[in-house]
Amino acid sequence: MTNTSPKTSPQTLFDKVWDRHVVVAETPTNPATLYIDLHLIHEVTSPQAFTVLRERGLKVRRPDRTLATIDHSTPTLKNADGTRPYVTPQAEAQVALLLANTEAHGIETHGWDSDHRGIVHVMGPELGATQPGMTIVCGDSHTSTHGAFGAISFGIGTTQVGHVLANQCILMPKPKTMAIHVNGQLGEGVTAKDVILAIIAKIGVGGGTGYALEYCGNVFREMTMDERMTVCNMSIEAGARCGMVAPDQTTFNYLKGRKFSPENFYEICEDWASLTTDSGAQYDREVHMKAEDIRPMVTYGTHPGMAMPIDGLIPTSQNEADEKALNYMQVKGGDAIAGTPIDRVFIGSCTNSRMDDLRAAAHILKGQTVKPGLIAIVVPGSENIKREAETEGLHEVFIAAGAQWREPGCSMCLGMNGDIGAPGELIVSTSNRNFAGRQGPGVRTVLASPETAAASAITGVITDPRTLTCEAA
Amino acid sequence: MFKPLTIVTSKTVVLPASNIDTDQIMPARFLTMTTKAGLGEKLFNDWRYHKDGSPTDHYLNSDAAKACEILVGGHNFGCGSSREHAPWALSDYGFRVVISSEIADIFRNNSLKNGILPIVIDKAAHQWLLDHPGEAVTVDLKSQEVRLPKNGGTYKFEVDAFSKHCLMEGVDEMGYLQKQTDAITDYEAKRAHAPASAI
Repeated sequence: MTNTSPKTSPQTLFDKVWDRHVVVAETPTNPATLYIDLHLIHEVTSPQAFTVLRERGLKVRRPDRTLATIDHSTPTLKNADGTRPYVTPQAEAQVALLLANTEAHGIETHGWDSDHRGIVHVMGPELGATQPGMTIVCGDSHTSTHGAFGAISFGIGTTQVGHVLANQCILMPKPKTMAIHVNGQLGEGVTAKDVILAIIAKIGVGGGTGYALEYCGNVFREMTMDERMTVCNMSIEAGARCGMVAPDQTTFNYLKGRKFSPENFYEICEDWASLTTDSGAQYDREVHMKAEDIRPMVTYGTHPGMAMPIDGLIPTSQNEADEKALNYMQVKGGDAIAGTPIDRVFIGSCTNSRMDDLRAAAHILKGQTVKPGLIAIVVPGSENIKREAETEGLHEVFIAAGAQWREPGCSMCLGMNGDIGAPGELIVSTSNRNFAGRQGPGVRTVLASPETAAASAITGVITDPRTLTCEAA
Repeated sequence: MFKPLTIVTSKTVVLPASNIDTDQIMPARFLTMTTKAGLGEKLFNDWRYHKDGSPTDHYLNSDAAKACEILVGGHNFGCGSSREHAPWALSDYGFRVVISSEIADIFRNNSLKNGILPIVIDKAAHQWLLDHPGEAVTVDLKSQEVRLPKNGGTYKFEVDAFSKHCLMEGVDEMGYLQKQTDAITDYEAKRAHAPASAI
């Protein structure tokens, strides 16, 4: 163990935020006790944690640092009489239980009556609850999203949800750090989604296991917050629990004036601005990629690492697992992926359901028609986004094109609420996981950007949005 | 709480595919359950049951598999979602040990909280295990060894000291954290007086 002062020894962004939150230091025999600034909870991974609290007679230590919503099991349709078509009574009971638990413990909850309800990783940033330098956890692996603000943010299981509810801390050994540098000029039509899919394809679906990622380079600096969230969101798809972008003026501009933004905003921005990796700081691993090498990406297999340029040929299988994945997807190595017929399009999820995403999809769908027979659903990430999109008239673009405009929620990303495809269907999806059966038993998922999803909805086949723009022009 | 784990000797169930994700282990549509009871029946549901609910001929449906306490999975086992329903189901089914050449972080962490020992073992031993399904293997947590039969050899594995202690003693981490309440209170007080978010 070195004993150098953090003031003199160059530190990574991750180290700086980590050090601020150590309550009890890590030793060779014990993990660190890490303080958690913000605990986000939802209906799926919290019920058994509240049960533990009840059984042990424990209270929620910091309800003021806990924020709840309902998103996973919630219907995205409404019945004519205003009721909601839950997929099962159990789903409805789960939502009711979240509301009862948070009420009992005095936790701010954005339920059906809230203007801010939404996917937990969309809602947190929108409310300004997500801030640079924080530690943030949630019983959801896509908690990595909040790293876009320079927070250490990661998914935990339900046992740890209980630990945080009761103690506002978790036990954790410090992970290693990995810098992902992407520099250069992204090509026309190459989006944040394409960048992260290219990164996962390069380092592999387990390549980030044990690491906290930091996304470095001008490509991330030039991204909007929505785009940075798309990137950080999928850190977990490379096995990394946490991915970060250093906060900068883009971050501060986003956070200014939001519900939970600090009152002494400018003073705090000075501190936040110090949360960058010092020159000379060492990462445990560094990966370099050129922006110019990244093309629009789609997946062709059954995990997010099986991603390829949309204008390329499907890689031939190298092993039995790849072969099985290609068989499941009903595609053949050596074939083009573009032009493959599709059955559905899903635009939504904590990866791609924010304003940037909806605007990009609407830009492509404007004045166009969804291929007859194809089902396209657009699910905004939150009530806020739904309202903002409707103010801009985006919903009219989607509806006029023949797509469905739904109520906010996780929806078809994991299909918990009954929004699923039929067996065998191929879905172009802006979500984050293409696991077998994720969007319904036997359903085949192709992950893509909102642009690619929208373009494919028009043609009915997997379509490179750049080719569509050329034709339209 | 879980039963302490020291030595497990059991035949293995082998699921050789790489990147077995938590959606396979526990499909999302079963996550509306608000207790842990009976999740073992849903373990690998879509591999084990036809759409009409009748069982497939998957090995996990056999009595022989149900008697096994050691699961050997392909590379990067447990990737994907943070759902603790996955280790709850494995535990409810009867598994105490999961062995692979790589195990996803959150799944690994969740397993440890439920009395399941996740072992990342070197490639040669992993390959031996993949090639010899159903052999009786001994996992000794104290000596951190996996002992393979039929001259397969003995292999060391890594486990952090705290997790090892918790598994061997059945330590309750909630209780451990509760004992740190004073330190947590001090931390919060220190922070409340610090300028900005810096402390």
